[in-house]
Amino acid sequence: MTLKTEPVSVNLGPQHPSTHGVFRFRVTFDGEEIKDVEPIFGYLHRGSEKLAEERTYAQVVTLTDRMDYVSSMLSNQAYMLAVEKLGGIEPAPRGVWLRMIAAELQRIASHMVAIGFLLQDLGAWGTPLTYAMREREAVLSMFEMLCGARITNSYLRPGGVFMDAPEEFWPTLDSFLDALPHRIDELESYLTGNEIIFARTKGVAVLHPQVAIDASITGPMLRASGVDWDLRHRDPYDYYDRVQFDRPLHNAGDNFARYWVRMQEMRECIKIIRQCVEQIEPGPVRPSHDDVPFLVRPPAGDAYAAIEGSKGELGFYLVSDGGISPYRCHVRAPSLINLTLLREMLIGTLMGDLFVSFGSIDLNMGEVDR
Amino acid sequence: MPGQGLLKGLGITMRNFVRPTHTVQYPDRKVGLLGAAKHAGQNPLKFLRENPREGIKALLYMATVPEKVEQATRFRGNEFTWYETRCTGCASCAKYCPLGIIKIVTHPGGIDVQEGESYAIDVFDIDTGRCMFCGLCVEACPYDALHMGSQFERGNYVRNDLVIDVDELRGNLKRPSSWYRPQFEEREFNPFKGKTIDEEDHHDAGRHEQPSPDELKQRWVDERK
Amino acid sequence: MSEAFLDNSLFRNIYCYVAGDSDGCVAHGYSSGFLPGGWEWVAFALTAFVITNLFIQGALGAVLGLIWGERRILARFQNRVGPNRWGPFGSLTSLADAIKTMFKEDIVPDQADRFLFNLAPVIMVVPVLMVFAVIPVGIGTVVADINIGLLFVIAITSASGLAIAMAAWASANRIAIFSGLRAVALLVSYEIPMALSLLGVLMITGTLSMTGTIEAQDVPFIIVQPLGFLVFFLASLAEMSRTPFDLTEAESELAAGHLNDYSSMKFGVLFLAEWAATIAGAAIITTVFLSGWRGWEPIPSHIWFAVKVVGVLFAIIWIRATWPRLRIDQVLTLAWKGLFELTMINLIVTAILTGAMADREADGSLFSTSELWIMAAVNWAVFFPSIYLIGKLLAAKPYDTDKGETLPAYPVATEEHALEGVAD
Repeated sequence: MTLKTEPVSVNLGPQHPSTHGVFRFRVTFDGEEIKDVEPIFGYLHRGSEKLAEERTYAQVVTLTDRMDYVSSMLSNQAYMLAVEKLGGIEPAPRGVWLRMIAAELQRIASHMVAIGFLLQDLGAWGTPLTYAMREREAVLSMFEMLCGARITNSYLRPGGVFMDAPEEFWPTLDSFLDALPHRIDELESYLTGNEIIFARTKGVAVLHPQVAIDASITGPMLRASGVDWDLRHRDPYDYYDRVQFDRPLHNAGDNFARYWVRMQEMRECIKIIRQCVEQIEPGPVRPSHDDVPFLVRPPAGDAYAAIEGSKGELGFYLVSDGGISPYRCHVRAPSLINLTLLREMLIGTLMGDLFVSFGSIDLNMGEVDR
Repeated sequence: MPGQGLLKGLGITMRNFVRPTHTVQYPDRKVGLLGAAKHAGQNPLKFLRENPREGIKALLYMATVPEKVEQATRFRGNEFTWYETRCTGCASCAKYCPLGIIKIVTHPGGIDVQEGESYAIDVFDIDTGRCMFCGLCVEACPYDALHMGSQFERGNYVRNDLVIDVDELRGNLKRPSSWYRPQFEEREFNPFKGKTIDEEDHHDAGRHEQPSPDELKQRWVDERK
Repeated sequence: MSEAFLDNSLFRNIYCYVAGDSDGCVAHGYSSGFLPGGWEWVAFALTAFVITNLFIQGALGAVLGLIWGERRILARFQNRVGPNRWGPFGSLTSLADAIKTMFKEDIVPDQADRFLFNLAPVIMVVPVLMVFAVIPVGIGTVVADINIGLLFVIAITSASGLAIAMAAWASANRIAIFSGLRAVALLVSYEIPMALSLLGVLMITGTLSMTGTIEAQDVPFIIVQPLGFLVFFLASLAEMSRTPFDLTEAESELAAGHLNDYSSMKFGVLFLAEWAATIAGAAIITTVFLSGWRGWEPIPSHIWFAVKVVGVLFAIIWIRATWPRLRIDQVLTLAWKGLFELTMINLIVTAILTGAMADREADGSLFSTSELWIMAAVNWAVFFPSIYLIGKLLAAKPYDTDKGETLPAYPVATEEHALEGVAD
């Protein structure tokens, strides 16, 4: 006897607890198996790129904070590199070191969020999430010391940072860096060895390296597929050519590999921050107002600058017509571009894997929709 | 042994079970008798005898003690601190605001003691309902007249009440944040402890380059010779 | 009227103080009650009403307590404080929630099957409350000491799967349908290892009565039957859809599953039934494997029972706080390829042991304490190898990497040399 079955299409989102913001899947299921996925996004579109055309170069920083709101320091950094390239601004060394420290701290916080929410999608009822958030809070407290805000930092200015770190920042950073490896160890012995997590994530949503490269996927997702591509190493910006660090790679390309690469990258962040703290020298943190006025007027032209963001290559493309605000601003958002292979990753997996694979991309809807 | 990772996980959550919490109960903390008595600065028995109502609540662990999260001095708070005697009405802050939410109306005023000739302020509205507390207005102020505040409790039922007008700016308790004000950090000024920086002694707080009132007066006289 | 119900001491204690001249009461040594003769049926109805109410209200109160306790304990595991505003340590929070739930608007979706939609909460909650009828919560404190207690429990708890499927179907919601289908799949798979794991206990006790099971536990059966306990524990986690088998209500996948379209008190009843099922499950585990109300004097038996139930509930919450959820195919694999085999091993070992020691003891029980200890030793000797074997069989295979066998030895590219063998 054969049963007549037909595929069912289900809308998941935008009001769904684990869509990492407002994202919508139109999924066709055959039983529990996914036959087709249509991602629908744009629910969080705020027109940041258009708004940037109306604001001065300094004011756009506040918009970059709100693109990827779990790693706003990195957005700030990418934007500032583009402005410096466009205007030919020579950054102040101490400011560069400071923003490298801030960026690596932000990377730790962002990876913590990614891991916590991945485990939340796996159904671990918030415990790994709260542990990850606890470590992230320490980073955010340091950001509050640096710039008075925890999420929407606006810390960076063209040519450096707006203000030197306060004195109490350094001992706090030191104790944080001492404590963090133990915290990561604890988290890892909790999660990495867990049989359920391993069974749930191993071999699910596998990305072949060539497919990933062809889809221009970047960041931890690409490194989890075994491709040694890290902009901090391949095309060093700021002073990344003066620090030594390893790049964790995993050649499985599945959900577990993506989780594992993020976990190991946090250890490398600690290494980088330690080297930055060793090499930082006293001096001005930003060029004087005579060199870089509050209203930056870069010469007409265009510039593209990219950094290794927490999610992948985060680039800003700015066109100037010589005025006080960008003529055009375009963001190469890693979250959006890493999303392109979602359909290929999900087809053939089960319902339970849908949000896990989605979460393993580590996207941020603020950056996808902008 | 299979299941080892699962058991290890159970062990780690149990280790966290006995750790102290990392969250803060805001705005107040529930305490028992000991905590309440300590807050009142009495010994527990005396506390129970003197205020039995509070004492019984405390015995049920229902007494409350105010609690606040620890903030950094650079915290960009949402009540702004403004020194009128230092403000010249140049409206730099209004110009640099990314959202254009600062509204300033002035008329030519007299002579400022510190800054020389200035405008008198008629209207100085900051619509904090739309403000994103980026602090660019503070960074733009050439005379260090406007500072970020240090508080964050301005919840309201009416949207219009979020607009800070000039009278409120004048009357606010002066607890400026040290965001973009390195002179405060040099003095180790802490808005959450100690005294506020009032209108009268605001020049104590200093400026990037602080001319004395006599110097300023002399400068004004010299310019008009 | 047959007076066999007077064997139940809980019933007798109330009935005989009310009823008039009753031969049964006199036979049990009670004097006459305050009702005149011939009014025994009033006494009977009154007693039944009081006892039923006592148990149902007790169960509901325990649910409120459990919801609060679970939130507090979960919070502690997550290094938080948990609800602490209403009442001492926030103990009135779930009461406030219950009151709030009652005042919510009762919404029935347009396309819902109204009859089934309204019926599902009832179907869900009644069997759960019926379970409490056969659980002895103290010496002699049991509503109905029926001689097929274990069978009754297994039969009646199956209804919850039906109720979930009914709720899911009736709400005409595609996400809820997933929940209903998963519930049925779980039910079909886990009923079998659950029943089979009790079979080992049954062989030792020789009775299906709950009271008889407790009385046979000179050594708690968690020690005598480790495999049986493990399987029963996991299977009952699945039956009450708790982590790691909470597929019917998988929050990160199905939002609230079959509860998606329920609101107000219908939601409240479904929610309550789920938590009551947890308590019932813990009570059954306590009765069958932790020697129920047995303990040391002078602490009363009810306290012993409560302490053990709370302990089991704590373990359930602990697991919920720690482990992630399994996928549906893994859950079913675990049931058919893992737990089923474990129960088979347990059955065979127990059958051989009971066969070897099948002489009836002097006091009428099947096995003496020392014989139980011998069984425990043999069972534990079987326990570890079989867990190891089944675990090896079921566990996901580690990565096939020749770079090293442990996890941190995965390839790491360094400044000096790029990694060989990976795309560049």
